[in-house]
Amino acid sequence: MTAIEQKKRTKPVTPLILTGIVSVGLYIALLSNQNFLNNTFGKGGTFAFLPIITAFIFSFFHGTFTGHFWTMLGVEASKKKKEVK
Amino acid sequence: MHDVVAQASNFIHLDVVNVTYLFLVGFVGGLVSGFIGSGGAFVLTPAMMSLGVPGLVAVASNMCHKFPKALIGAIKRAKYGQVDVKLGIALGISAEAGVLYGAHIQESIKKAFGDAGSNLYVSISFVVVLGVVGIFVLRDAWKTYKSGNMHAEEKITKIAKWVQSVNIPGTMVYFKSLDARISILFTIPLGFATGILAATIAVGGFVGVPSMIYVLGAPSLMASATELVIAFVMGVGGTFKYALHGMVDIRLAMIILGGSLFGIQLGAMGTTYVKPFMIKVVMGVIMVIVLFSRALMVPVYLSQLGLITTLTEETTKILKSTSFAIMIFALALGAFIVLRAMWQGRRAEQRELLEKLVHSKA
Repeated sequence: MTAIEQKKRTKPVTPLILTGIVSVGLYIALLSNQNFLNNTFGKGGTFAFLPIITAFIFSFFHGTFTGHFWTMLGVEASKKKKEVK
Repeated sequence: MHDVVAQASNFIHLDVVNVTYLFLVGFVGGLVSGFIGSGGAFVLTPAMMSLGVPGLVAVASNMCHKFPKALIGAIKRAKYGQVDVKLGIALGISAEAGVLYGAHIQESIKKAFGDAGSNLYVSISFVVVLGVVGIFVLRDAWKTYKSGNMHAEEKITKIAKWVQSVNIPGTMVYFKSLDARISILFTIPLGFATGILAATIAVGGFVGVPSMIYVLGAPSLMASATELVIAFVMGVGGTFKYALHGMVDIRLAMIILGGSLFGIQLGAMGTTYVKPFMIKVVMGVIMVIVLFSRALMVPVYLSQLGLITTLTEETTKILKSTSFAIMIFALALGAFIVLRAMWQGRRAEQRELLEKLVHSKA
């Protein structure tokens, strides 16, 4: 096995932990400030950007985390190059 | 703005059971969406409403979880070369217009006939669209299965051949998923219909994906992946529209997103293991089962409108619960087919690798 192949197979432990911590932190913040969030996001108008920004932040950290999570469990896409057409 | 604050006070109390329930439904929904490009969201609005969430807040929160989920799914599937971003954006823009028009139709029906009229319209749309498109998709998948030619390149339909042959100067655009230049004008009605359906039954992909396959000539895998781009474009616009009125319950949206991001990654990976016709199988099966679920609700709404004999409270309750159970079953069955196909694909690949290893050693 070449060094490149070995590097490719390395499990993403550090990114998993880092994004996992941020993701858990975001969910703790979400669930522990429910009243504040409901009141602020429920105002509408110019506050309409808040849900969109929040969704992008969650999707970035949690999405990266879930990707690494499955890789760590050994669930990955097929190694075969798929011919789509 | 006052009604907005009143709406905010309608945001439900969340406990551990609610959070777990939404997370799990989100996971299964994400799994199916990652695989067929959409289809996981239709169960989320009723699932939230079953917890006491007001209808509009449920629709808005569903929309808000959908676009970041679609974004992650699209990025994942783009890595496998399955996404046609240009086609997704072209269809997404007209779909956005369709969403606005669809919402306008909904509001007009609600004003004229009340909640029951609006619900009847949604249920009949479900039954008609899923009946026609679902049976067509399933029939096509069955034909491929019977022919035993599941690995063969997908043939494009006569309509798609015609669409690809029409030349309207000044409107021709090359799309990589079609490997052809088509007039951008053809994408407008298709996107618009996808948007109207998204605003009506929450799953535009039930029209979007089949139309890309059968009308434009895209391969199933690329059509389902490109649908994620359309869902993203539609979702951002739709969320903003609802958020302007303070309808989005960000807690619900993010909890469902929490589960669905686990699911969508898995569903997207699943597409690399299966034969393309499996996309049609999963989509067709879900569509046909959901059709029965919604058909059960038609008598309830007809009765509420006084168009048929009034149903007893008991009968209404039974019909509602059965309809919801069938809907959950449809999603669970879709998820099961995806996981099973993925599991079989992985095992076959591992066996092949092992055989190669043994062969090379020998």
